[in-house]
Amino acid sequence: MQAESFLPLPSATFHILMAIASEDRHGYAIIQDIEQRTGGALRLSAGTLYRSIQRMLEQGLLVETSERPAPELDDERRRYYRITPFGAAVARAEAKRLTDLLSMACASGFAPGRA
Amino acid sequence: MLFYRLLLHLYPTSFRQEYATEMCGIYARRRRETSSLALPFLWMAAIFETLWNAAAVHADVLRQDLRYTARSLRRSPGFALTAVLVVAIGVGANTAAFSLADRTLLRPLPFPQSERLVKLWEAVPGYTRMELSPANYRDWKNMNHSFEAMGACTWSDVNLVGQGEPERLSTAMVTSEILPMLGIQPVMGRVFSGADDVHGASGTLLLSYGLWQRRFAGDPAILGRKLLLDNETFIVIGVMPRGFYFPNRDAQLWTPLRLGPDNYQDRDDNWLQTIGKLRPGISLAKASADMAVVTAQLERQYPKEDERTYANVYLLRDDVSAQSRMLLLALAGAALCVLLIACTNLANLLLVRALQREKELAVRTAIGAGRERLVRQLTTESLLLALAGGALGIVAAGVSLPLLARLAPNSLPMEQASLFDWRVLLFAGLLTALTGIVFGVAPAWRVCRNSDLTALREGARAGGGKKERLRSALVIAEVACSVVLLVSTGLLLRALWKLQGQDPGFRAANVLTMRTALPTPKYDSTALRSEFYNRVLGQVRQLPGVTQAAYISFLPMSMTGGIWPVDVGSHVVGRTAAHTASLRFVTPGFFATMRIPLRMGRDVAESDTKDRPSVAVVSESLARRYWPNQDPLGRHFKMAFADHTIVGVVGDIRVRGMEIGSEPQVYLAYKQVDDGSLTGYIPKDLVIRTDGSSAALAPEIHRIVRAADAQQPVSNVQSMDEIVASTTASRAVEVRVLAAFAGIAFLLAALGIHGVLSFAVSSRTREIGVRMALGAGRGSIVRMVLWRGAWLAAAGIVPGVVLALYAGRTMQALLAGLKPYDTATFLAATGLCLAMTILGCVLPAWRAARTDPMHAMRLE
Repeated sequence: MQAESFLPLPSATFHILMAIASEDRHGYAIIQDIEQRTGGALRLSAGTLYRSIQRMLEQGLLVETSERPAPELDDERRRYYRITPFGAAVARAEAKRLTDLLSMACASGFAPGRA
Repeated sequence: MLFYRLLLHLYPTSFRQEYATEMCGIYARRRRETSSLALPFLWMAAIFETLWNAAAVHADVLRQDLRYTARSLRRSPGFALTAVLVVAIGVGANTAAFSLADRTLLRPLPFPQSERLVKLWEAVPGYTRMELSPANYRDWKNMNHSFEAMGACTWSDVNLVGQGEPERLSTAMVTSEILPMLGIQPVMGRVFSGADDVHGASGTLLLSYGLWQRRFAGDPAILGRKLLLDNETFIVIGVMPRGFYFPNRDAQLWTPLRLGPDNYQDRDDNWLQTIGKLRPGISLAKASADMAVVTAQLERQYPKEDERTYANVYLLRDDVSAQSRMLLLALAGAALCVLLIACTNLANLLLVRALQREKELAVRTAIGAGRERLVRQLTTESLLLALAGGALGIVAAGVSLPLLARLAPNSLPMEQASLFDWRVLLFAGLLTALTGIVFGVAPAWRVCRNSDLTALREGARAGGGKKERLRSALVIAEVACSVVLLVSTGLLLRALWKLQGQDPGFRAANVLTMRTALPTPKYDSTALRSEFYNRVLGQVRQLPGVTQAAYISFLPMSMTGGIWPVDVGSHVVGRTAAHTASLRFVTPGFFATMRIPLRMGRDVAESDTKDRPSVAVVSESLARRYWPNQDPLGRHFKMAFADHTIVGVVGDIRVRGMEIGSEPQVYLAYKQVDDGSLTGYIPKDLVIRTDGSSAALAPEIHRIVRAADAQQPVSNVQSMDEIVASTTASRAVEVRVLAAFAGIAFLLAALGIHGVLSFAVSSRTREIGVRMALGAGRGSIVRMVLWRGAWLAAAGIVPGVVLALYAGRTMQALLAGLKPYDTATFLAATGLCLAMTILGCVLPAWRAARTDPMHAMRLE
């Protein structure tokens, strides 16, 4: 499956991928991470989160991990999600798409930056 | 928290099982962070969010299931095709039957407040639906307390002349109350008012939309135009809207019905169709009770004319003959049988498929798919099949409806139904969904309930004893349904043959008929009419291929009225069936032309003129009724205001068609009637016997009629054979449809038996192999399979015969005197069922006998 075939990514999916880019997280941590990173602008509901996660699991963008974090950080009732290499590739492709789009917007004067 | 947990039930079970705990955790945290004032907002948000996301998750699941279904159906196209066809047959048959029954029995008439419109009939012993006499109509109208309005109408076909080719048009004459009572406005002009139907007012008429378009090219300046109908001038005062039919689909124009003092003279001259509109809040029962009071009062006032005369009041909607109604119900019942058989077949197919996939399902369970998820997957598959079949069935129904439409009586004042209206589509859709769900979920549930790991074991036998019992039960139901259908069809077929095989009393073959209705007052004079008949008949008899020709008032079987009381002096005269006879005027040679045997005396003759005593030829049954074992020749009787002497006796004919018995017949000489009297009985139907050699007589006769009177149209060109066949036509169509249904059911049931047996054989291959290895011969293996088939058939035939007996009794009225337990029919039907079983057994038995024991055991 080509990473490009998933583009454009739904915004919730892209945010989830970013939230688990550097470390495995459980659902609530993902919501919190997204909320912080967007300064409270995006606050995923539980339904949206798990609906996205279910679809991303099927698409192979992330996996549920069996490794647990360090015991003092672990919340054993929770499920942790880890980005797959494919998920990372899809996220990179989406980022590239957005960058290209942005430079085009700059060129036509819609956005600040180098022309 | 409970609130949120309940909300989560909107998600698919599999999703809930997976994520509910975590989602509840997140919700709980959110709640802790929310002040109690803001709680309602949190709830609202949770509701909207759940609704949206649950729908999205369901859509995801559906997409997945559809993808999976498409893949798995591509792998077994034979199964998919069979299932779709089976559903298409069931849905198609029922959609067609429903759309017909809906139009004829269910749908309200297209008039505002149509539930208050009723039809009134006079009833005397022997006749339940007799038109009203004008005098009784007037009195009923004035004396009742139940009707807001009452109006009358009658048929009067007219010749439209002076507008190109003269044309015969079906016309309804209506009193001014009728159209306002129906509540339909004209598209142009006005309807009749009280001023139009007073005696002596100038002629006015309303055009139907169809006639306006066809004959006048939709001329917008048609209002005020003068038309010549039967040599009388009528002014067009309006055009009725498209789709307006009254009193039935034939009427092409409407003229005012004027009742003058003459019409009120004879209280026993019944010719008015009467429509009433109930007052608001008055029920049909109340109106009937009220009319009973009215008729009782009239009987006291006119003890002779209104003797034992009652009023029958029906909703206009229900003015469908009992026979049409029952034929349609039988059709709907048969369609239901076909659907049941189709559904059991579908369930069987799905069950077999699910059993074959037991291993696959077990694997999916083992890797974590919940049972709910599997059931849902299987249901999606069966629904998809049902939808495809349903769509195909609707198309099939659309194609077959023109044939079926002949079953619908023409008498209802409504348009021919278009098949694809929303009611029919809704019905077909519901039927399809029901088929898919009920007959798809049951097998799925059945299989998934036991889908544990046993199926994974190598060599596990597919299909346990329990499942086979279910499948056998389905096949037994199919056999029972087909027995019912076969017996019903057989009974109706035999009834049809019996009716068609009856002697109508005349020889219809090689008789051509047509109508030249002479208009009055132009042809009031008997002498003028005689001149016309003699000229036309004389020239027609000269035509090559014509052997005989004559005129009669009304052809047998085309007009069933014209019934009069007979007065022989000594007998009590009444209008009851025991004292009436049908009256016709004929030209000499009618009996010879129709091959009605002359038993005694002579035919009417040209010498029977107005200045001589009136002569009559009567049928044997009339002679028998009044002069049993005596010579009827020379006897006198009074009928239609005159005294007649019997000069001849002829055989009886079936005036009312092949379905019902007829009154005795009286024929009078065409010249022996006063000018301008009994104008309704002026001979107008021409019968011509040919030697069968000449094909195209009609144009020649047209030319002869035109030469005799250029303004005289010729209409209703038909062979007598067609007329006879038309009296049993709706029954014949019905039988054909039923036979098609029974044939389909028969094939489906054979298919079902075949399916069960071949599945049983293939799942018992090892057992058969072992038996053969232990010495069982091929013969005993074949016997084993056949025995099982015979058992299934017998188990189905027994309840089938019981149900068929019940069905036969229910439709006894349709059987034309045939016993509902007609042995021959039952034997034939059960014989066919046995044949069907053998047909279904042959292949599986052959396959079982060819089992290679070594190969079968190696599977172990």
